[in-house]
Amino acid sequence: MSAHSENEHVIGYMPYITIWLTLIGLTILTVSISLFDFGTLTIIVAMIIAIIKSIFVINIFMHIKYDSKVFLGFIIAALVILLVCLVFTATDVFFR
Amino acid sequence: MSSNAELELTQNEMQEVEASHHEHTEHVHRDDFASKMGMWLFLLTELLLFGGLFILYMAYRFQYSHDFHIAAKELNVGVGTLNTIILLTSSLSMALSIIALQKGKKNLSINLLWSTVGLAGFFMVNKFFEWSAKFAHGLYPGSAHLLEKEKGEIIFYGMYFTMTGLHGLHVLIGMALILVVIYRIKSGTINADKYIVMENSGLYWHLVDLIWIFLFPLFYLIH
Repeated sequence: MSAHSENEHVIGYMPYITIWLTLIGLTILTVSISLFDFGTLTIIVAMIIAIIKSIFVINIFMHIKYDSKVFLGFIIAALVILLVCLVFTATDVFFR
Repeated sequence: MSSNAELELTQNEMQEVEASHHEHTEHVHRDDFASKMGMWLFLLTELLLFGGLFILYMAYRFQYSHDFHIAAKELNVGVGTLNTIILLTSSLSMALSIIALQKGKKNLSINLLWSTVGLAGFFMVNKFFEWSAKFAHGLYPGSAHLLEKEKGEIIFYGMYFTMTGLHGLHVLIGMALILVVIYRIKSGTINADKYIVMENSGLYWHLVDLIWIFLFPLFYLIH
């Protein structure tokens, strides 16, 4: 029980419903934007919206905002590894 | 007589010590923080698995951007959008079911979990019809019709089937996990004081949602 209460953070139903509505709104937004052709900007905007959506999911649904900061550190470490792979691959592919 | 009484006392004491020792070990064996940490480490390996595929997608999309645009026109944006909304809603019902259990509302929690499973099933049914329609048009890996197309289009469909297929597999695993959680709530091994298995299954489910958030615009929204 003691192990539990220290990282337990019971929040109400409402924050989740608000986030869900925001996520649905962002989905509709990204689909509407895709109807117009902005060239390469289209993919950039779509990715920015996807990143915003994933931040909401990770922080609220996956509780990272309320949990120990160790988990946040884990995620950042994994993302840095992924980013390094991405940047090196991108420089190779784009400037070959 | 007196020695007997003494012996009894020591036995009682021993039992007490044993009992407290037992309690102690039980406490050590239950480390919710470590459980969650293990789950997160696993989820990060999943992130890198899909991350590698996303990097491959980026490289091919750069190389064959024209073919990718043509191939993506075959995908149904409506079904993709519907599936996105279904998964987001299933994530909501999963999160709410944990809150319900924490508040001691067992039946509400179970019903919310059933809706999560139901929505996941709905997602898979949509996926089934989507893939069937592609197969009916002769679009499946290695089909004669697909092999006649441009190289970039073949790669697009290769990536589409691999990534949405792998994601679909995760949806099925997530459904199985949630069914186990429902069973364990009913049997009482998951309850308002002890629900780490449910939380970890929830984390897995949200990861499935998270991957779809990126798959959807990358495959469906390139027009």
